[in-house]
Amino acid sequence: MIAAQPRPGSGVHRLVWIYIRVSAVLMVGLVVGHLYIMHIVNSTDAIDFQFVAQRFATPFWRIYDALILFFALSHGLLGVRGIFDDYIGTPRRRAVAEAVLWIVGAAFFFLGALVLITFRPP
Amino acid sequence: MYRGGPGMLAWALHRITGVAVLLFLFMHIVETSMLTFGPEAYNAAFNIYRQAWFKPIEFLLVAAVLYHAGNGILVMILDVWPASTRLYRRIFWAGAAVYVVVIVPVGFVMMRSLFRP
Repeated sequence: MIAAQPRPGSGVHRLVWIYIRVSAVLMVGLVVGHLYIMHIVNSTDAIDFQFVAQRFATPFWRIYDALILFFALSHGLLGVRGIFDDYIGTPRRRAVAEAVLWIVGAAFFFLGALVLITFRPP
Repeated sequence: MYRGGPGMLAWALHRITGVAVLLFLFMHIVETSMLTFGPEAYNAAFNIYRQAWFKPIEFLLVAAVLYHAGNGILVMILDVWPASTRLYRRIFWAGAAVYVVVIVPVGFVMMRSLFRP
């Protein structure tokens, strides 16, 4: 028997709690679709530069991938923030770890978004 | 008090799969960014995934994502329907059964190239 998890009542914790779930529901469709297309219908044996260049010739898959990039990265970073809250005892160290987390996360988001926006298929 | 049980296992696996998928996402972003440097650079980066030894790891990645999604759905069922916590063990084992039914054919399809001569 397990007890129902308490819901955070207010403030930023409640917003994070809601965002984790909203992004999760959106990603069930987006990510399962991505896995089905890339790993079941196609495979890593079929994917190469040519394949991706064709895929990114129209905006549809760029927008699709941009949505996954944003939701997966933000959902994952907030998850790691929760792990920091559980395992890092002192508030000062937690603040430092969180700052590093957001800088690393922003760098990966910037890199991913840059490629999705600027890539020109030959 | 720690008493083990499926809830503890499900929670631990949720964290482990979440961190593993995030680490893969970092790698996936870097490898995709090689598109900027042209076909040779991108194909060289992507070739990591094409080696035979990576196939089981690729399957584990998909298995981790599907576990994280499935367990996340169970957590949200418990959120919107708190009375279901009484039925948690039954819901957990029903979810585990659905997971096995999905993951076995996915494994066979994904690793099909390893079985071919």
